[in-house]
Amino acid sequence: MNLGQRMALVIEAKSLEKRFGETTAVRNVNFTVEEGEVFGFLGPNGAGKTSTMRMIQCASPKTSGSLEVFGLDVGRFAREIRRRIGVVPQESNLDPDFTVFENLLIYASYFDISSEEARNRAEELLSYVKLEEKRYSRIDQLSGGMRRRLVLARALINNPSLLILDEPTTGLDPQARHLIWDKLRELVGEGRTIVLTTHYMEEAAHLCDRLVIMDQGSILVGGTPEELVRKYAGTHVIEVGSSPDAIACLERHGIPFEITGGYIQIFSEQVQEVASHLLKECPEHEMTSRPATLEDVFLRLTGRRLRE
Amino acid sequence: MKALSVLSFESIGRRAWKVWRRNLLTFLKTWRVNFIPPFLEPMLYLFALGFGVGSYIDQVEGIPYVRFIAPGLISISIMNASFFECTYSSYVRMHYQRIFDAMIATPITIEEVIAGELMWGATRSLIYTILMLPVFIGFGVVDLPSSLLVIPFAPVAGLLFAAIGMCFTAITPNIEALNYPSFLFITPMFLFSGTFFPLSMLPEPLQVIALSFLPLTHVVILIRSMTLNLLSASLVPNMIWILGVEAILCVLAISLMKKRLIV
Repeated sequence: MNLGQRMALVIEAKSLEKRFGETTAVRNVNFTVEEGEVFGFLGPNGAGKTSTMRMIQCASPKTSGSLEVFGLDVGRFAREIRRRIGVVPQESNLDPDFTVFENLLIYASYFDISSEEARNRAEELLSYVKLEEKRYSRIDQLSGGMRRRLVLARALINNPSLLILDEPTTGLDPQARHLIWDKLRELVGEGRTIVLTTHYMEEAAHLCDRLVIMDQGSILVGGTPEELVRKYAGTHVIEVGSSPDAIACLERHGIPFEITGGYIQIFSEQVQEVASHLLKECPEHEMTSRPATLEDVFLRLTGRRLRE
Repeated sequence: MKALSVLSFESIGRRAWKVWRRNLLTFLKTWRVNFIPPFLEPMLYLFALGFGVGSYIDQVEGIPYVRFIAPGLISISIMNASFFECTYSSYVRMHYQRIFDAMIATPITIEEVIAGELMWGATRSLIYTILMLPVFIGFGVVDLPSSLLVIPFAPVAGLLFAAIGMCFTAITPNIEALNYPSFLFITPMFLFSGTFFPLSMLPEPLQVIALSFLPLTHVVILIRSMTLNLLSASLVPNMIWILGVEAILCVLAISLMKKRLIV
């Protein structure tokens, strides 16, 4: 085995499983995360994303399979691994009894960081996430976006080489979301590795070098966002209002299509060809064509059924 | 063997003190609220029962009533301080504030978090004792210098009630259900542990029950012997009972909490 290549693996999961009693939350999952990349977990609620993240951050023991972070087994080296990772949980769990600045200091103390160094790091991080003016504020005086930024700053207090973010921008306004994205890209630029989950396809397409789509505990597909779009949705999507003659026309030409919510979707590389058939044979229908996105891939693979 | 390993030096090392320190810092932030009630409450009892009711009571076991109940009041404060800290307050930190989750995302383990919480509960008992004792001394209802022994003993007794509280916190389905141990366990202990009347006034079977299952009984016996300067070797079994039960319950509290939080 190539040693150099092995060194570059930050996370390696083989046949990873997580069961809670009767239910299997994560089922025979395999993936690797390389140093310096942004790796995304996508999937509907209950897909097993958070369970996987919690196993990576050594907060939840695996049921079977193997999981190594920095080449260390998560079961035996939890303390060593946690020392080198930063965690942004799904729900902000800042300490409400302390101010913004104190939150960073107290968290630094959990990592055995000396109080002088903690002060320096906390100062730097406050300005990094643009919260200097909120230094003396209590947590309940912060907006959702500010809390999220503070959680990010807190996750960086130990200068981690791996950052784990569970839905980092859920519930944020576009300004706050873009600020978080900028920060994450900067952090990757510094050579850190990022693993994140998200419900926003745009976010995944924007940030992730590679991603996997999970459903019901299993990984359905994985690859770069572009690869996945090309492979599972083609280059373009043509949408036509659903009608018997449009369906008949497509069937005549042997063009595969899907019917969703009152309109027909055609995923194809040959936009011109499909469009010309439709325009010629049922011109009365409204027709649009747009580039395929990750959201198309996601919905095609995981279905449109609502998840709890 | 596995349960005992939680007590090993490695897991309850200096990191538990970081958890303890976090609680101390928040306590000091709101020191006014924290210092006045524990100081005032035993005084109210001392006046109402000791000097009020007590004026109708000649003597209990050969001593003035107010001097009889003073160690009972100190014992109750020690119990309440750590029990309520490790039930309602710990539950809020665990469930509503998610502080334990935040801590175990760092090199701190769940065993250390719970150990730190227990140590903090015991410390709260110590703080209350340090606040109360001078007032009791001022009223001349406790003897000197033997009463000063209550200070080092307070965290030892406090840890016992901290561990009891934490066991309930680990199994409670919600915060309301913590009312059960508060009313069905703490209140009977408050009344029937030799606090306000001698244990010997209870029917014999109840005395046995009190000595076996009401930890406060042993704490009251020990503290009364300190405040009345009656220390003797006959108290060793009480001390052993406290230390033994405390060790078992600390291990139990930590393993129950681990079971609850690490899934």
